[in-house]
Amino acid sequence: MKANPPPATHALAEAAGRTPPPSAASPHVPWRRTPEGRAMLLGVSMFSPAVIYILALIGVPFVLAFVYAFSDVKVGSISYHWVGLENFRSILQSPSFRKALANSFIFTIVSQILVIVGSTILAFPLKDKFRGRGFVRFLILLPWVAPISLGAIGWKWILDSLYSVINWVLVAMHLFKPYSAPMWLGEPTLAMASVILVQTWRLLPFSTVIILAGLTAIPKEIPEAAEVDGAGFWRKLFQIDLPMMLPIINVAVLFGIIFTFTDMTVVYVLTAGGPYDSTQVLPSLAFFTGVLGGDLSQGAAISLFLVPILVAVTYFMLRMAHKSEVV
Amino acid sequence: MAVVETRNLTKVFKEGDVGAVNNVNLQTREGEFLVFLGPSGSGKTTLLRMIAGLERPTGGEILIGGHVVNHLTPRERRIAMVFQSYALYPHLSVYNNIAFPLKAQRVKKELHRQKVEWAAELLGIKHLLDRKPRELSGGERQRVALARAIVRQPTVFLLDEPLSNLDAKLRASARDELESFHKRIGTTTIYVTHDQVEAMAMGDRVMVLHQGHVRQIGTPREVYDKPADTFVATFLGSPPMNLLENGEFVVGFRPEHLLPIELVPNPAITFRLRVRNTEYLGAEWILYGVIAGGKFDGRSLVSRLGSASSFIPDEAYEFGIREQDLHYFDRQTEKRAEAKAMAWQ
Repeated sequence: MKANPPPATHALAEAAGRTPPPSAASPHVPWRRTPEGRAMLLGVSMFSPAVIYILALIGVPFVLAFVYAFSDVKVGSISYHWVGLENFRSILQSPSFRKALANSFIFTIVSQILVIVGSTILAFPLKDKFRGRGFVRFLILLPWVAPISLGAIGWKWILDSLYSVINWVLVAMHLFKPYSAPMWLGEPTLAMASVILVQTWRLLPFSTVIILAGLTAIPKEIPEAAEVDGAGFWRKLFQIDLPMMLPIINVAVLFGIIFTFTDMTVVYVLTAGGPYDSTQVLPSLAFFTGVLGGDLSQGAAISLFLVPILVAVTYFMLRMAHKSEVV
Repeated sequence: MAVVETRNLTKVFKEGDVGAVNNVNLQTREGEFLVFLGPSGSGKTTLLRMIAGLERPTGGEILIGGHVVNHLTPRERRIAMVFQSYALYPHLSVYNNIAFPLKAQRVKKELHRQKVEWAAELLGIKHLLDRKPRELSGGERQRVALARAIVRQPTVFLLDEPLSNLDAKLRASARDELESFHKRIGTTTIYVTHDQVEAMAMGDRVMVLHQGHVRQIGTPREVYDKPADTFVATFLGSPPMNLLENGEFVVGFRPEHLLPIELVPNPAITFRLRVRNTEYLGAEWILYGVIAGGKFDGRSLVSRLGSASSFIPDEAYEFGIREQDLHYFDRQTEKRAEAKAMAWQ
């Protein structure tokens, strides 16, 4: 502080010098009535709902999670005991947690690969004009606008052990005998595959829309130039179209990772993490442990495990967004 | 080297609409620089895109080197094209932009560097090979696009308004470079432009298009000195040709041929012209006048003069035109007609 007083006072004096001296007609205008004061008040009043919203619904729970994760709080506890890293040690030793951690990665990575490949394939035909394009685009967007839980419940019936339409078709096609058809949600591998496929179905529209937007932003002449230069379909796709779409595909992937890593709706509705934790992911485990199991401190510790991963993803997302702006 | 030929080439974009290109017949000559000239919407770019294979013709045939290529993809036609926007690959360096056609055509890898450097040398961009397109100026981008087009030594070279994104000064020098460049490589070139100066300056022959129809193909001299119809007559030349309707005919004469009577030894026609306005353009003057008296009283005419400083606005002066500078067109068909004696007063 002491090092810099001259510039500081100088700036103050300058600012004071620029404000016109109070006129004789209005010796005491309250600060809030001056143009600067009004602008400031308007700004604050416009800005504060967003700040309050973020503080109340994101900031407070986030801080609480940290507070709980280092304590022994249970639902209904009236006392608080600091236990240090005890909760983290205990969850790391739990097989359920390790399974859920591995599942979270499998669930996210596999579904994201399917989503990106699928939405890129979808985006190419949807870019061109054809009769009924609007309708097809609407159909593809439908899973995104439908409530997730409703969609997932629909899938629960489609994959049901008794009433599954998929199994009905498989039996009708004589691929399986009745009563020996696959138990989609009852066998560990099939259950994981089902959960991943439903998550893919759900995220596909969003990703398709993002990639479609990126694709239409590529000037039509560039792929045409590649054609004239002698590039075939695959060369054009892998050396021209996809590299030019890369920034936008990155955005779609990073959004998808966050949506999938933090979401438990599909798992919760379809399998509730079963059978035997084979589809349990970190968010659902945190929910079952912390809320349904009442062990708030362990639930908080589980959910905090996501934070470093999400911070890294967010960092890359912001960097990508910045990079694609520059290009 | 190859010859490009079209036979009754037609393109209709929407059924029932007027064609964008209608029954175009043309044949380039070996190593020729052919210019498609026309106003916007005349179908010149569509025609070029059909030759490139980027647009499917509605009717007619395209031949390159004597073979019908209608069913071939752009890649199979082995032509090179420079786009108006240059269409450089933004994510590739200049080197890789130029090398792309070589890779795509599976040229031996050992030859890439040598060929890229040859093309870059030819266009004076060897020092830019490591840059990305976004780090280049407009003129440099244009050279990269040209280098990418010539690197695999194509048989035909298609250029779609490659100078239109350059500023006026750069355009003149780029035009000169393109011309000498064509002389050096001697590849058959089709060049699309709406700029008559470019067309006149660069073309071995000029094809004038209007509403998808070919109006005239000829050397710059032919299209300027002997326009095939009134459209060509007025589209080429600035200011455009003066046209007067006289009986069955439309008679035209260029502004530079409408001169004060003392400069025209044996005038075929004379007009008394009331001066409305004069414009000083540095090297020349443009004089706008209105015919005073006679059969054409009140019609506007334009004259182009070395000097018009002695003319006073609203005063009338005698102007004349020589017989050989008159162009006759049929009033019905608008086509060029034989010279004919007619009454002028």
